[in-house]
Amino acid sequence: MENILCVNNVTKRFGGLVAVNNFSVDIIENSISAVIGPNGAGKTTLFNLITGFYSTDEGSIIFEEDVPCDNRPTDQITRLGITRTYQNIRLFANMSALENILVGQEPLLHSFWAEAIWRSKRFVNEEAEALEEAQRLLNFVGLQGLGDQLSRNLPYGAQRRLEIARALASKPKLLLLDEPTAGMNPNETGEMTRFIQHLRDELGITILMIEHDMKVVMDISEQISVMDYGSKIAEGKPKEIQSNPRVIEAYLGRGAASGLETVTA
Amino acid sequence: MNIKKTYRDAWNTGWTAGIVALSISALGLAELFAKRNIVSGVITMGQVMVFIVPIVMAYNFTKNLSMEQRKTGPLFGAVIGATTAIPLVLLIIASTLFNIRDIFVNVSPSLIELLTFGQENAYLGGLLLLVSMALLSYLSAYTHQLPEKIKRSLFTGLITILLVGMFSEILTERIRSIFGAIFGSSVGSAIVRFLFKSKAIQSIPAIVVFAIATYVGYRKIPKTEEEKNKSKRAFIVDGKVQWKTVIPLAVLLLILPLLLGTYLSEVTNNVGIYILMGLGLNIVVGFAGLLDLGYVAFFAIGAYTMAVLTSTGPLGLFGMSFWLALPICVIVAALAGVMLGIPVLRMRGDYLAIVTLGFGEIISRLAISDMLKPYVGGAQGILQIPKPSIGSLVFTKPEVLYYVVLAGVLLALFVSWRLRDSRLGRQWMAMREDEDVAEAMGINLMKTKILAFSIGAAFSGLAGAIFASKLTSIFPHSFNVLISINVLSLIIVGGIGSLPGVIVGAAVLIGLPELLREFAEYRLLMYGLLLIVMMLAKPEGFVPSEVHKRELHATDEDFVAEAGD
Repeated sequence: MENILCVNNVTKRFGGLVAVNNFSVDIIENSISAVIGPNGAGKTTLFNLITGFYSTDEGSIIFEEDVPCDNRPTDQITRLGITRTYQNIRLFANMSALENILVGQEPLLHSFWAEAIWRSKRFVNEEAEALEEAQRLLNFVGLQGLGDQLSRNLPYGAQRRLEIARALASKPKLLLLDEPTAGMNPNETGEMTRFIQHLRDELGITILMIEHDMKVVMDISEQISVMDYGSKIAEGKPKEIQSNPRVIEAYLGRGAASGLETVTA
Repeated sequence: MNIKKTYRDAWNTGWTAGIVALSISALGLAELFAKRNIVSGVITMGQVMVFIVPIVMAYNFTKNLSMEQRKTGPLFGAVIGATTAIPLVLLIIASTLFNIRDIFVNVSPSLIELLTFGQENAYLGGLLLLVSMALLSYLSAYTHQLPEKIKRSLFTGLITILLVGMFSEILTERIRSIFGAIFGSSVGSAIVRFLFKSKAIQSIPAIVVFAIATYVGYRKIPKTEEEKNKSKRAFIVDGKVQWKTVIPLAVLLLILPLLLGTYLSEVTNNVGIYILMGLGLNIVVGFAGLLDLGYVAFFAIGAYTMAVLTSTGPLGLFGMSFWLALPICVIVAALAGVMLGIPVLRMRGDYLAIVTLGFGEIISRLAISDMLKPYVGGAQGILQIPKPSIGSLVFTKPEVLYYVVLAGVLLALFVSWRLRDSRLGRQWMAMREDEDVAEAMGINLMKTKILAFSIGAAFSGLAGAIFASKLTSIFPHSFNVLISINVLSLIIVGGIGSLPGVIVGAAVLIGLPELLREFAEYRLLMYGLLLIVMMLAKPEGFVPSEVHKRELHATDEDFVAEAGD
């Protein structure tokens, strides 16, 4: 197995604040990985660095062994095959569900803009195919029949799914999910968990997610990195992380780890 | 419900209406329009302007009442009407007691005469005004209870008679010349004499017209939602061109100048040039969401390019023909759009608006500057620009020039429509919704923005080129920031992002003031009023685009969606 993404000693500072501090992580191809950590640990900043929303101050981010993707424009990173969803859903609110997915297909479309004026054969075919594909993706995420709905009018869970469908539309190799189950009830969370697993198993997409729901993280992720104050404090399989005293300390506060140990012992 | 509170609301509404009516009178609008008769010797437009205020307010007030209170709606209407009259009555009384013309220059005896229906006694006149306002508002509120069908037919009748009356001067001229051309001039004159008197429709024909319009309004079957949706895309249904609607429209557009005559064709051409600009700005502001306040720059660039390329005067360099110069003008304007696009790429919202405003000013300063005087003539402008011509046929008359404008507008409409429903259209829309996410979807923001700017600029350049050739001389003062504001206003009034909206907006903001020449000095006041009223009552514009309608009424929809869950 090879690494699809290598984050090497990346640092990002905002003024005096070090949001990400000398952080490294290797994402294995076709795996489900998670980044966890308390609020403000720098997890979303890490995502923003990988997807080019921010530029790195130090370190490098390498995609597929040899493509450096730090400090590249966001749209190019998407074209490389990395897409993401957002912590607070950021759909194109006043566009329909289908239109959202169509926009997601951007990197796969090649017709020249002016072809639309005389409706060249290439343009017409490409649009028809794109629409078909969008419909297929909509069904894939379980939103059959909601294609014409405005995305803002969809229920919360459906919006999350639509955002994933939009991210999938460009046929990414690596999908970054920023808190995919935030604000969901246990039922919806369970569905989403199965759905994420399904994405990896069926489509072979590598998944890196930020998640606060420990049940989800422990259930499906194969590798977990724990962030606190921008630095990596632990890394490993779910089992190892669960019993790591530094992780417990980061979440529950100094002293809690020893307390817990005595309880479990 | 609390009846007392509702009466208080009606009283307050009445005062608002009263102040509006007072302003209309004291600003001199009412008197100005008093010269324009609606029905000869019966009502003038000035009276309509004053009375329409409580009538509309009363109707709206009733509309917002709860079901149980609607029964007493007309009474509230009467309260509104009577209250509206109070400030006006005070004005009338004051004008007899003091010489208030020192302050309110426009409060002339003829205004008082208009308000008091020619009564000598101010108190009696004031009472008459109060009673008639109360009565009309009562009726207006009462009509709200009538069945939908009758309401609609009455409305159709009233609007028709108002329009016929307002434009009877033009109608007179057109009827005389059209019927004159077909049946001989004596018949034409006879028809006119029968229908109109002193530039207004006569009472009996007015009643006939009202009756016909009311009947037509009554017979028109209300559309279901589905039919409405279909008729919106009436030209193409399910991918098939509807020749039944397209052919009559095409024929009408082709013979339009014959029906309109010289003056109206000229007005139509001006409207057409603004439609062209509106369509361009609509791409930038409506589709891509980039607020451009310096749009006049591209209009100026198109016009000056045309002037320099074709003028036979001393400043004309090439003496090209109109047709050869036209594509060059469009290309030059589009390049200017790219030039503006590059530096403002990273700017958003307010900053973008300010920079584009600056760009517009720079171009108009350059046009007037000494530096460029040897090339563009400074304040004297460029003269002797030839009109378009084919062989020996020179497009001198507005009726012929109309076809050039029409071709330009149709082309721009077609391009806008095709681009909107394409990949690029989606990119623009996504960029408008959320720039960061759009970029993260793989959209190249730079390319997408520059395309919006340059296509928008190209349309404006085309408009400018036709404008220069139409006027045969251009001056830098024609290209001021007001044009940018006008174009922006017209797309807002029509409905941002909506193609038919641009046409309606241009017709209302550019066409109407030309037809109602009295407006001239109140034009900007009217613009402001219209924009405020539109923003309050119909922020999505006259012909809203689907997207904006959803956006602005999202709260209602969300509510429905939630209720449906």
